[in-house]
Amino acid sequence: MSWDPNDPAGLPVDPAVSEGRVPGRTSEEVPELHEVGCPPELRERIEALMARYPDRKSASIPALWAVQKRYGWCTPEGIRQAAAVMRFTPGYLESVASFYDLLHTEPVGAHRIEVCTNISCWMRGGDELLQAFYEAGEGEDVHITGFECLGACDIAPMASIDQRYYGPLETAEAATAIEQLKAGGEVLPEKALKERGLAGDSPPAADGEPRERDRR
Amino acid sequence: MRAEYGETRVLLEHAEDPALRTIDGYRGYGGYASLEKAYRELEQDEVLKVLEDSGLRGRGGAGFSMGKKASFLPRGEMAKYLCCNADESEPGAFKDRELMQRNPHQLIEGIAIAALAADAGHAFIFIRGEYAAQADILDAAVAEAYEAGYLGTNILGMHRDLELVVHRGAGAYICGEETALLDALEGKRGNPRLKPPFPAVQGLYGGPTLINNVETLSNVPGIVAKGAEWFKGFGTEQSPGTKVVSISGGVRRPGNYEVELGIPTRELIYGLAGGPEPGHEVKAFYPGGSSSPVLTPDELDLPYSFEAMAEAGSMLGSGSIIVADDRVSIPHMALRTARFYHHESCGKCAPCREGTNWTVKMLERVVRGEATPMDLDIISSVQENIMGHCLCVLGDSMAMPVSAMVRKFRAEFEEVMANAGSALDEGEQHAVVRAPAETLGASI
Repeated sequence: MSWDPNDPAGLPVDPAVSEGRVPGRTSEEVPELHEVGCPPELRERIEALMARYPDRKSASIPALWAVQKRYGWCTPEGIRQAAAVMRFTPGYLESVASFYDLLHTEPVGAHRIEVCTNISCWMRGGDELLQAFYEAGEGEDVHITGFECLGACDIAPMASIDQRYYGPLETAEAATAIEQLKAGGEVLPEKALKERGLAGDSPPAADGEPRERDRR
Repeated sequence: MRAEYGETRVLLEHAEDPALRTIDGYRGYGGYASLEKAYRELEQDEVLKVLEDSGLRGRGGAGFSMGKKASFLPRGEMAKYLCCNADESEPGAFKDRELMQRNPHQLIEGIAIAALAADAGHAFIFIRGEYAAQADILDAAVAEAYEAGYLGTNILGMHRDLELVVHRGAGAYICGEETALLDALEGKRGNPRLKPPFPAVQGLYGGPTLINNVETLSNVPGIVAKGAEWFKGFGTEQSPGTKVVSISGGVRRPGNYEVELGIPTRELIYGLAGGPEPGHEVKAFYPGGSSSPVLTPDELDLPYSFEAMAEAGSMLGSGSIIVADDRVSIPHMALRTARFYHHESCGKCAPCREGTNWTVKMLERVVRGEATPMDLDIISSVQENIMGHCLCVLGDSMAMPVSAMVRKFRAEFEEVMANAGSALDEGEQHAVVRAPAETLGASI
């Protein structure tokens, strides 16, 4: 009986595991560059990343970011290409990609929206905001997910939209943001984090005593 | 310690000026003079001495003496490394974000001086992937620093080299743990390592490595410029210096405020952050991020310092205050907290992997009204069985706040559980803490 590399133990294969994966190739071999058809820009980018580190393995996550930027997600072919350039197995890079929340091993929409639902945002309506985004994003080319603390509790409830932070957001602004994304224009400019000043520089609370800010 | 309070801006001095972010703007305010002084005039031991004498304690959460940690690195020709931990992911913490966004050169200068103290030739800023905008700002600032000759080969003609790489993470709280950070930086899944050996001796690629938080390193240029005595003039004896404190949750003015360590916590929550929304009161607060045991309103007058928070049975941690007001259901807050750690557990150690899983399941039963009184005792027992039993303290970081909440608010847990059989939806059990409309966007 010949040995089938796709089914060495003769066990039924879960289609969820093999779907989207290239049949007939093992993830445990280092692919050759000439087999994988890596675009030259991606190859150059990964080589430049490897050169920054004393050990080229450190470029694993940066290389996966480059693959995701090129293909929209960490595709099996993209991972094989990175593996060929870095001289690792695709299986190794898959194991790294699967650990991290920002690297997607399944197809996702063109736009990424992460809505924080951690403690401070939860207190200020993060769950409702996430729901609003789910509803507004139904059928659109966006990937919406709840996320852990994004480090922007000062603008709670907030969302990261295509890697930029916006808040504090009203639930109605979810639909507005998605419309703006589709139109290709600026998203919620008045709610962008980069426009905010330091908290201590804004007007004091309505009925609190204004505090003298001391500087040395 | 001075009698008047309010903000004391040292790290955030001039931070309202967008030009501070550029090398010309930074140098205009006297920036990089400390680097010049350290490289041209000081020996490695002199830099270590001023850092240790200053009493600067780590600002990432552990609060260990920075100078002492730097002195643990062995001497010799082997390659040594410096890692800046910019993986700020502790719920409630957003102070490193502010520092990197507004004053990247202060951090770069601090890294360069600390690299001198550690004799490191290669430095890395490990910044969380979610901080893409701040990483872009750092990329630009690092490029400026290279061009000005503060990084690279033969810095200032003093025959010292330093390569600085901005390395973006990809979304994992555990990578803020120093040994998991090292694994991630080595291109692996972010799993922690057994300590000892400590990174100072066996760290990145197995070599001596100094790992410091963004805020810790940002303090270095000032200490080198103005001396240990100047630094000790701020704060308390055991907690010298200033601290950038992130305040959020049920307060009118969430944000980052830089203060002297040791000011009353009330001054931070009420004086600077404006206190709770009108008509509401503080019910509980995390003094040091979500990993800290919650404190109650009677503890608001405690000094905000490492020693006072530890004595109160909690911790200063990263210096991030989350305020829960009377509308917040503590059992729901406990569940939200536990879910975070369950999600972020790397899975390597059984007590954390299983313990976070079981804690979430039991707390879900509690808020659904399906729990029995025995569940509260089991929850407490599980937390005890996690603590101190794993390679890192992620599990402990859930166990500490959850057990404190169960202990201090037991009556509220029992009340929620007494609604057994009514199958309350989680969403009905807490109210939304909304800012009054006029304060939304007040800082813009």
